[in-house]
Amino acid sequence: MDQENQKRVKDLSENFGPENIVVVLGAAEGEAAGLAAETVTAGDPTYSGPLSGVPLGLKVYHICEEEIKSEIPQELYEEQVGMMEMVLDTDDIASEMKSIREQYMKY
Amino acid sequence: MNSVIKATSYVLVHTPDMVVHNGSTQTTERIVNPESEYLKKLSGHIRSYGDVLAYPPNQTYIGNMTPDELGAIPQPWHGQKTDGVRFGKFGEIMPQDEFYLMMQICDVFDLVKIEKNFAAAAKTNLAQNPLITQDMLSKVKEGVGADEITALVEEQHAEGLYQDGILVGAVKRAHDVDINLSAHVILENLVSKASGVLALLHLINNSGIKADEVDYVIECSEEACGDMNQRGGGNFAKAEAEIAGLNGATGSDLRGFCAAPAHALITAASLVKAGVYKNVVVTAGGCSAKLGMNGKDHVKKELPILEDVLGGFAVLISPNDGVNPEINLDIVGRHTVGTGSSPQAVITSLVAAPLDKAGMKIIDIDKYSPELQNPDVTKPAGAGDVPLANYKMIGALAVKRGELEKAQLNDFTMEHGLVGWSPTQGHIPSGVPYVGFARQDILDGKIKNAMIIGKGSLFLGRMTNLFDGVSFVIQGNNGVTQEAGVSEAEVKGLIAKAMKDFALMLSGGQEGK
Repeated sequence: MDQENQKRVKDLSENFGPENIVVVLGAAEGEAAGLAAETVTAGDPTYSGPLSGVPLGLKVYHICEEEIKSEIPQELYEEQVGMMEMVLDTDDIASEMKSIREQYMKY
Repeated sequence: MNSVIKATSYVLVHTPDMVVHNGSTQTTERIVNPESEYLKKLSGHIRSYGDVLAYPPNQTYIGNMTPDELGAIPQPWHGQKTDGVRFGKFGEIMPQDEFYLMMQICDVFDLVKIEKNFAAAAKTNLAQNPLITQDMLSKVKEGVGADEITALVEEQHAEGLYQDGILVGAVKRAHDVDINLSAHVILENLVSKASGVLALLHLINNSGIKADEVDYVIECSEEACGDMNQRGGGNFAKAEAEIAGLNGATGSDLRGFCAAPAHALITAASLVKAGVYKNVVVTAGGCSAKLGMNGKDHVKKELPILEDVLGGFAVLISPNDGVNPEINLDIVGRHTVGTGSSPQAVITSLVAAPLDKAGMKIIDIDKYSPELQNPDVTKPAGAGDVPLANYKMIGALAVKRGELEKAQLNDFTMEHGLVGWSPTQGHIPSGVPYVGFARQDILDGKIKNAMIIGKGSLFLGRMTNLFDGVSFVIQGNNGVTQEAGVSEAEVKGLIAKAMKDFALMLSGGQEGK
């Protein structure tokens, strides 16, 4: 996750309280999704951004996970995400995300 | 009548020391974490010129291997070697020592200083290059002492130029206060200019036209040149045309992040089709800041630093000659302000919408050329195989539109796609690396058409959150030339006949009254 996005997540978390934030990711691969999820829960694993050593523990999901999909009207989801859902390895992404949540999510 | 792609050129420059000293990942690391393990290990991961020449994606970029031949080699490609040839049918892979002299040739403000022994040796090498004229070679200066170079870097804020870790030159700042003319910016701009000039030289050589027949140059890199009162004033295009000897040309710069080359090609094709200019060149040089951009991931995974080359390209757009492939301006895709940023919206606007307008289906385009980043570079960095991801998206859209069975998705990516071979130089991989091969494949009858797709991340400039992209189609020539249309003499004849008929009618009319 780039430094600017890390800063934005950190600021939003401070302003609204970490328990009130849900981070929704759109990464194209399990590994990339996992890294971003780790950044907003355990802290920046590359130790280069504002979230280095800052374990926010935020709620974090990928747009293709059932938890988020079920919150979005089906027609809208199909229009915006349907094509990508066909392309992505959603099982791999979901298992990566689940593993990060189980380890580091606090809320 | 559509304009045609008359010639293309593609060049790389191997810049191992620039990776260390000018790549933004490395310069940032030196500020943030100067004692890092990464910086300590970096030098052990730099490739030799011989390895860079023998690297299959690089030989593909300069035209010595086709994308199909590259695709037949199992990935990853690093560690595998092909014939390491410097020159290819599209261009060359220039070594760093000669490139430093190219930067000096391109410097008209005496800002590039080179150590005299190094300059003499490199000049001998550069003189072997048949495209470098005596006039250009005469601009290489005798050089200065090593002490002077050291003093410039240590006391005058100059940027060092290194060869095998040894300081051999410096780029001076062009102003004491103005950061837009700092040594850092001047170096980046001269790198872009010099690699752009190299691409122009190869283009003229490949095209067969005379240098002074070029009317206009559109430069589409991602650098900005100017001073504190006009930070992106430009004009790289004219500056490069000057050094390359395009004396009949003027030009301008077009920006749009990675989408700029596709925007520039559509603009060039339009200018030629409209008859404003005859021969328009689209060109861009490389970007030193992006060298070693994913270096941390490569070093962590015990790979060589694969982002060790600058890229450059040039395309000549000319009036329809009845032979060369045409740019069909009736099929132009645009990501507009209102399109939205979801991948589905992006691909629909760039691929499906323009084809719909032309009454075509997604499968009617033989080859798609989106971002063609080399997967060797992106996969270890967690960014996946970029071209393959694009082909899957285009295929998935075809499935959603009922133009393709889901079971055919994999075949679609193979048949209508390409492997990526381009260095991750931002604008360089964005659609354009295939233009040279597309021209050849269409001329050879291997394909009938290709869609070039340029996409750009505008949000990086913090002026908008929007994404951008444009696309266009290259197709076989229908054999009708611009000259085969109605000539001026014929038009004059037609007008004269009409006037005569009109006069006869008038006189006849009067007689009848």
